[in-house]
Amino acid sequence: MHPVIPYVIAAVLFGLGCYGVLVRRNAVLMLMSVELMLNAVNLVLVTADTTARATLPSTGGVFALFVIVLAAAEVGVGLAIVLQLYRLKRSVELDSVSLDGAISTPGAASTDGRTSTQSGAPAAKVTTDRGGAAS
Amino acid sequence: MTTADVLMIALGAVAVAAAGAVVSSRHIVRAGLWLVVTLGSVAGLYLVLAAELVAWVQVLIYVGAVVVLLLFAVMLTRAPIGASPDLDRSRWPGLLIGGGVGLGLAALLVDAYRWSTVAVGPSAGAERMGAAIFRNWVLPFEVLSILLLSALVGAIVISRPDVGERSTPDKGHPYESRSTYDGEGRD
Repeated sequence: MHPVIPYVIAAVLFGLGCYGVLVRRNAVLMLMSVELMLNAVNLVLVTADTTARATLPSTGGVFALFVIVLAAAEVGVGLAIVLQLYRLKRSVELDSVSLDGAISTPGAASTDGRTSTQSGAPAAKVTTDRGGAAS
Repeated sequence: MTTADVLMIALGAVAVAAAGAVVSSRHIVRAGLWLVVTLGSVAGLYLVLAAELVAWVQVLIYVGAVVVLLLFAVMLTRAPIGASPDLDRSRWPGLLIGGGVGLGLAALLVDAYRWSTVAVGPSAGAERMGAAIFRNWVLPFEVLSILLLSALVGAIVISRPDVGERSTPDKGHPYESRSTYDGEGRD
């Protein structure tokens, strides 16, 4: 068994998870990408069981179990936050959450179309939100 | 190239392709279902690496609970059923950073392990993992139970329907306004 194969798979999964966190606008899709990264880490931990000669046996597998538990707890709390955000703003688009605490008016649909023409730079969207928001 | 290698390459190809579909699909619900495929193939990789308990816990908790929770959130946030055109920000920063991270880690690991061979150890079933956890890792196990309790309580507290009313600054401290509810049975 060549351990470089699962290690490279884990590295590619981690890179894909990073890409998803940075690119996806929907909060639930971002949480899915975080799950990809956690799975990559778990794969490294389980593969390390075979390559590293640890003092305590199966340490990698035990840590992988702990990471699974942590991921489940994180997804629970994270989705509670996302649902509360949806209750307040009728949209889970992360770019419309202004960082200074002002609650901007939600878009017409659940994914509002006004942000589709602007690319990158969430700071530009924050200033336009502050101009139009009734706080 | 042993059978384990071929299996790992096949499962890895499925996992990477499904993960690519998760981060690039235009349908939100389909991204969740591609995540099921990714997590299932990673569980298959755990089985090839002889970590049986981790594989079954992965299927049970990740595929069975976490993905279901994510799909519930997709439904409760009224995600559109068809394709959404504006699900992604501009892709180039993400491609640079994600690609750089993935390539950097892959280069590091390839440089460390090259084409070396290891023997897959004895299968880490429930008995061996249970012995390892309850002999060496009891304290983290118990602390994890406290963490799960706090995550449960935290999720319930965040989901209360009256959290949004305290966002205006002139209502004072949130717990002061709650004291006026004495005896009226808010719940």
